[in-house]
Amino acid sequence: MGYSSKSPWVIHYDASSCNGCDIEVLAALCPGFDVERFGIINTGDPKHADIFLVTGSVNERNIDIIKQIYDQMVEPKVVVACGICACSGGIFHDCYNVIGGVDKAIPVDVYAPGCAVRPEAIIDAVVQGIAVLDQKAEALKAMKKGA
Amino acid sequence: MFALGNLLLVIVATVLFAVLAPIAGCLLAGLDRIISARMQGRVGPPLLQPYYDVRKLLAKEDVSVSGVDGVYMTCALVFTAFAGGIFFAGDNLLMSAFIITMASLFFIMAAYSSRSPFAELGAGRETLQVMAYEPMVLLMAVCFFMAAHTFMVDGVLDLERPIIATTLPAFLGFLFILTIKLRKSPFDIAMSHHAHQEIVRGTITEMSGRTLAKVEVMHWCENILFLGWVAMFFVWSNPASIVLAVIVALAIWFLEIFIDNNFARVKWQTMLNSSWLVALVFGGVNVIFLAFV
Amino acid sequence: MELLLFLIVFPLVAAAVLLAVRDDRARDAIVWATAAIVAVASIVLAVRFFGQGWTGFAFSSAIVDTIAIAVGALIAIVVMVYGVKYRNVAAIVLAAVQLVSDLIFEFAFAHQMEVPVGLYVDQLSVIMALIIGIIGSGICVYAMGYMKDYQAHRPEGEKDRRPAFFALMVLFLSAMFVIVFSNNLVWMFTGWEVTTLCSFLLIGFTRTDEAIRNAFRQIIMNMIGGLGFLAAMYFSVIWLNTMSLSEFILFGLRHPELIALPLCALSLAGITKAAQMPFHTWLLGAMVAPTPTSALLHSSTMVKAGVFLLIKLAPLYTICFAASQMVILVGGITFMLCSFMAISQTNAKRVLAYSTIANLGLIVACAGVGTPEAIWAAVLLMVFHAAAKSLLFLCVGTAEHHIGSRDIESMDLLFERMPRLARLMMVGIMGMFIAPFGMLIAKWATLVSFVENGQLVLVMLLAFGSAATFMFWAKWLGKLAGIAGQQEDVELSVHRSEWASMGLMAFVAVAACVLLPLLSNALIEPYIVSVYGQLGRDIPLDDLWLSAVLALFTAAVFIGGLRPSKQKQGPVYLSGVTVDSGERVYRNSLSNDEKATARNLYLAAYFSEGRFKPVGEVLCAAVIVFAFVASGIVPPVL
Repeated sequence: MGYSSKSPWVIHYDASSCNGCDIEVLAALCPGFDVERFGIINTGDPKHADIFLVTGSVNERNIDIIKQIYDQMVEPKVVVACGICACSGGIFHDCYNVIGGVDKAIPVDVYAPGCAVRPEAIIDAVVQGIAVLDQKAEALKAMKKGA
Repeated sequence: MFALGNLLLVIVATVLFAVLAPIAGCLLAGLDRIISARMQGRVGPPLLQPYYDVRKLLAKEDVSVSGVDGVYMTCALVFTAFAGGIFFAGDNLLMSAFIITMASLFFIMAAYSSRSPFAELGAGRETLQVMAYEPMVLLMAVCFFMAAHTFMVDGVLDLERPIIATTLPAFLGFLFILTIKLRKSPFDIAMSHHAHQEIVRGTITEMSGRTLAKVEVMHWCENILFLGWVAMFFVWSNPASIVLAVIVALAIWFLEIFIDNNFARVKWQTMLNSSWLVALVFGGVNVIFLAFV
Repeated sequence: MELLLFLIVFPLVAAAVLLAVRDDRARDAIVWATAAIVAVASIVLAVRFFGQGWTGFAFSSAIVDTIAIAVGALIAIVVMVYGVKYRNVAAIVLAAVQLVSDLIFEFAFAHQMEVPVGLYVDQLSVIMALIIGIIGSGICVYAMGYMKDYQAHRPEGEKDRRPAFFALMVLFLSAMFVIVFSNNLVWMFTGWEVTTLCSFLLIGFTRTDEAIRNAFRQIIMNMIGGLGFLAAMYFSVIWLNTMSLSEFILFGLRHPELIALPLCALSLAGITKAAQMPFHTWLLGAMVAPTPTSALLHSSTMVKAGVFLLIKLAPLYTICFAASQMVILVGGITFMLCSFMAISQTNAKRVLAYSTIANLGLIVACAGVGTPEAIWAAVLLMVFHAAAKSLLFLCVGTAEHHIGSRDIESMDLLFERMPRLARLMMVGIMGMFIAPFGMLIAKWATLVSFVENGQLVLVMLLAFGSAATFMFWAKWLGKLAGIAGQQEDVELSVHRSEWASMGLMAFVAVAACVLLPLLSNALIEPYIVSVYGQLGRDIPLDDLWLSAVLALFTAAVFIGGLRPSKQKQGPVYLSGVTVDSGERVYRNSLSNDEKATARNLYLAAYFSEGRFKPVGEVLCAAVIVFAFVASGIVPPVL
């Protein structure tokens, strides 16, 4: 395991969530679940983050923002869609302004369904995300060596 | 020749400091996170978590907004190392204090260089922080000089009793501004460790990867240096006093963590007013005391 | 001695020639040549008198004495003429008083007095000569390009008054040499008054209402100081029966009670020239002049004459309590309050002016302490201030011509718009205030001597004042450091002479920092030994070397290291709604595009002029009055 997996910093973006999933994300950081045990920190800054947690579905208004935050994150990076809305649009999927899940905007690495998503599921998803992160870090390293 | 010999000593000490301080500082930072977590009823990360963080940052892709912030941060690191080297070589305290201020200046410039509104706000606040603590740092050095009759730090080793015996007010005043220097709440207005601030991450908003790693390492070194300043108050000619000094420094470190976890951040006005008032009263009283007693 | 006379007379001749020459190219050639010759001559002087103590030259002449008095009278008449022309009563009255006392002095006393040793050189004079000769003439070189731009901005058909301008600039140098080499107080006074008149004419050069108002403020304040000088001369000739500066000091060391009042009067002259509170407003007003004038007044001449006199008198301050306290307190209070006020200024030239005054305050306070360490610090501060401040003024002047503003906020992104200029400016700012550059060493010697002499109030003033200096320099540096997008490079049209001059200043500033240990060894310590017979304790050579190393490192970074790196360029974070990263434009909540801007902190509520200026003026005026009263009353009692 590389160091990326030991210190996955997270940025959380609420796309158009009903706040149910957001509360659960915060709950994961609180004493009850304490994800800092795994070195996970919630940063508010895409430049510092490794994992992009998105809650809620993508719509016409926020698609650019999601893309931009993703673009501003520094490689290697991983996207986790939290909650069913982020995965597929959920019960809002056929609203007039909803485009769909996060994968309509940016490549998603891990899907964590649920309404609201449970903290355990979030932690589980992040841990899976860590594995992806590690692969990407290795790839980046290989590319640097190659270059 | 004597002069150059001394210079060489400082340079050797600087190199040693540059190697050892990050190790000690990293462990302290890890301890800080564990203790903070326990204070909040959590388990907290592993002790080596800060080390993992920095290693990860070093492996990230190299991206920068301004293209020069990395250079500024390197300067800041070099000056921090020199400040530490000067101090731990037993050289001039005032010089150490000035050079660490120089390091802050480079840090501020690194923040300004990105010209991001968030970073600029943070940088502006950082200059305010420096302005807030600077008088007390100078007065602390002056009191040191008056108590030890030299600015040379190794002068304390010749003393009959530690300088704390006559510089208690200055020490307390220094503790007050130490919170600003360590970037702890309630004075972490330029750059908070916690997410979702009104200025995002303030000074470090635009820094990433290697540059951010340099910031982290600089903070480790700074912390060790400032704890060294604290310890200096408790050292005298008795070799055992060094043990006492280390214990006191660690106790002060614990106190700072306690303060960090129990106070909300204040506005800059409160910070400036209170720290200048403290400098005026505590520093002033101590200077007068030392001059006339 | 010929060298001294050459340095004094040559610029005088050049000034006369410049007054007559109207052709641009001929003038350029003359200015280049004059500047080069004066600079070389001052370096030759430094080499010739390397490491020597006080060296006097027997030189006295009744004719020169008469000319000196006549020039003094002429100056008073010129001021009166201007006073009548612009209806300024105060100036007329002061000039009249000066004229009368000048003439009385001439006819009643001057003939009995002969000063056999009219000229002298010591290491302080050498340092001053180097400052005047290199930095002063560098500014004259800069003025060539600047004044071309200036003339181009003037309305068509206006009379070209540049010959007068250059003549005055060069005359200024000559007058400064007179001040630093004269042992005869009458001659020194003449040089003193010539600088006052020159700066009067230079400040009023643009002839706008504001310029004329400020010029008169300058002349009134400095004539008050001049009267102080004159009064000291009266005291000296009546009580001490001498007109020689060195004898005055020697006499004073033996009989401090007798010179208390003349010393106060001379100190007042020094304080007005050095623009200390309550007389600081003349230097602020001097900014209306073309930039080379400000640079000349602020860095190498005029104000330096004031501190030169005070440093010269420093040994006396260790024994004259009232005068010493006056100089220390005025200097210390000025340092702190002007540093505070500099924070609230947005105009770059005003920031520079306040920082000049503050810095001079520090030098003045050091001189007032009068111990060997303090003088060591004062001389170092003087050197660094001269080099760095002239560099900064020239940079601001050039920036003003090319970006059309002297507001610090407009210097945003200067790093890209004028890359070379911004780097030079940064070097200047670094040289001005912070470790490891000279300021640190000087500050620390200041602290040592303040502490050792129980100057507790001063320690406090210094502690708070220097915190404020960090603030205003750091935020200015920050403004310069910004980098965003691809900016248009607007510095291609900067004149070659301007680059040459700014390059020279930057070189001098960096060299002074890097060669600090040698500077201290070769020039300053011999002076201190020659005056005090010993060095101050605790001047740590090894730390000087250390600071030299760090200075070199910093200079290398600023001049060479800050190039755009090969790093990938990332966009700026604007909460995910950036529209144009280079321009810092984002989409706001109403879907409109908006530019994100951040202004520096000026903390107007804390550090406004309105708050501190009256306090400082009242305090310093009270200190001065009190010192005069005290030294007027106490000596007779003794």
